[in-house]
Amino acid sequence: MTPAVSFQKVSRHFGSVRAVDAVDLEIAPSEFFAMLGPSGSGKTTCLRLIAGFEQPTAGHIEIFGESADGVPPYRRNVNTVFQDYALFPHLNVLDNVAYGLMVKGAGKAERLAAAEEALKLVQLPGYGGRRPGQLSGGQRQRVALARALVNRPKVLLLDEPLGALDLKLRENMQEELKTLQKALGITFVFVTHDQGEALSMADRVAVFNEGRIVQVGTPNDIYQHPRSRFVADFVGSSNVVPPDFVQRYCGQRRWGSLRPEAIRIARETSGDGVTARVVSTAYHGSSTRVAVEADGLRLNVTVPAGAPLPGEGETVVLTFNRDQLHLMEDGA
Amino acid sequence: MRSDRNQSAPLGLKVAAAAGLLFLHLPILLIFVYAFTTEEKSYQWPPPGFTTQWFAVTWNRPDVWQALTLSLQVAAISTAIALMLGTLCAAAVSGSNFFGRETISLLVILPIALPGIITGIALRSAFSLAEIPFSFWTIVLGHATFCVVVVYNNAVARFRRTSGSMVEASMDLGADGFQTFRYVILPNIGTALLAGGMLAFALSFDEVIVTTFTAGQQQTLPIWMLEELVRPRQRPVTNVVAMVVFLATFLPILAAYYLTRDGDQVAGSGK
Repeated sequence: MTPAVSFQKVSRHFGSVRAVDAVDLEIAPSEFFAMLGPSGSGKTTCLRLIAGFEQPTAGHIEIFGESADGVPPYRRNVNTVFQDYALFPHLNVLDNVAYGLMVKGAGKAERLAAAEEALKLVQLPGYGGRRPGQLSGGQRQRVALARALVNRPKVLLLDEPLGALDLKLRENMQEELKTLQKALGITFVFVTHDQGEALSMADRVAVFNEGRIVQVGTPNDIYQHPRSRFVADFVGSSNVVPPDFVQRYCGQRRWGSLRPEAIRIARETSGDGVTARVVSTAYHGSSTRVAVEADGLRLNVTVPAGAPLPGEGETVVLTFNRDQLHLMEDGA
Repeated sequence: MRSDRNQSAPLGLKVAAAAGLLFLHLPILLIFVYAFTTEEKSYQWPPPGFTTQWFAVTWNRPDVWQALTLSLQVAAISTAIALMLGTLCAAAVSGSNFFGRETISLLVILPIALPGIITGIALRSAFSLAEIPFSFWTIVLGHATFCVVVVYNNAVARFRRTSGSMVEASMDLGADGFQTFRYVILPNIGTALLAGGMLAFALSFDEVIVTTFTAGQQQTLPIWMLEELVRPRQRPVTNVVAMVVFLATFLPILAAYYLTRDGDQVAGSGK
């Protein structure tokens, strides 16, 4: 099957800065794909390369099998939801949504009907007469979404789509975006620095660091089997443990990762566990995060609600199943 | 911040403010009064009598019409040139970051900071050096140097407040460069251009110094007025022209003021 987006050794350099460095990537049609990474890791530049706002310094991009080399943004069947939404302040909501159809020469009645339809899709029916300035942040985002979707793009790009929304709204929007994507069957590519967002929404996640993709996989894959310390560190709150520690349990000298929820904590000082001292506890509602120190190594442990909690400064014993200790391929 | 907004200003300050305003505006009223005087050789106070005959006299003087037409033409063409070049320059300076950007910005603004006499002399020697005969077009060129600045300043301020991603959004939605300009950029900078254009027009219309150096035999309206003042006949004609010009320019300037004020809301509402 032809991939929706394919990157072949794509680089984008700005002077001496390698924003994107020899990236290979394939995004399947109808996939909900996340680009995850810290700021400056090249994820947004990758998005802009797909949109056509940037041209690769080297390499080759194909969108549904067609070369995108030198194709300007307005000739790509790709639409973007911008981080700041970039709604046109001088147009009302309906004209904003209809803009794409207007510049393509659609008739007034036809494009306004399609725009109203798109507003219904994002649950803002009847808002067409308002100005963007009269909308809340969440509503503006829906308008930006409708404005992109009304063009029936083959690929929808979302640049930190939920970054400016508050927590409650963000959770609702995550649900909605997923539902929308399933219903429309459009390939969604979204950029985020929020690992929770990436893991909960995407079919597959690419983790970016310093202009390169360090790991691509399903959320479960990335979460359970981080390939490198960077991924383990960045994706969630995994404990990265040094080779010395790993050697004691597995006999191999490699870096490993240990999920906070895989560690059990016990007060009794007997048994063959790791003796540790409780440094601090933080209440998270459904669970409590306990930070402990063992042999100079700082570990996070998740204790589910209801289980007995150790006090700060107390000495405890940590146990875990050996097979929960994940070995990483890459020590970087 | 005011410490006490209910307390009114002391009497002394009120008097001073009133005196300041009178000082600014009383001379303009005097011009109006002298347009109706019966004394035509000198400005005598108080006027010996009042008449409206000078309006008819002015209407029938061909030199007034010639000067007025020339001034309007020069102002219109200089403004048109300024609108085009000023907008393009503002778009380049605010839209991208390139080497020498600040220098270009400064060089564009410089003509209005320079004394008009310097601009005038510079242009005059440049025209003689290039052996360009003084004509209508040399006046237009001279005026365009400072008209561009006004338009540029207005446009660049508005461009800065217009989100750069709006242009990208437009391209993303399928609009090419021309469509993006027509449907996104122009509506957003339109009022700024109108205000800048009006100001440029007004500046050109009453320009004396640069015109003196760049004009040949032509007389623009301000130059005509200057010449007229030294002649001892039909003096109130100058006042009639001055009064009409004042009234004709007052309204557009007021409009420009209100347009730019509204512009704040237009450009800010997208954020």
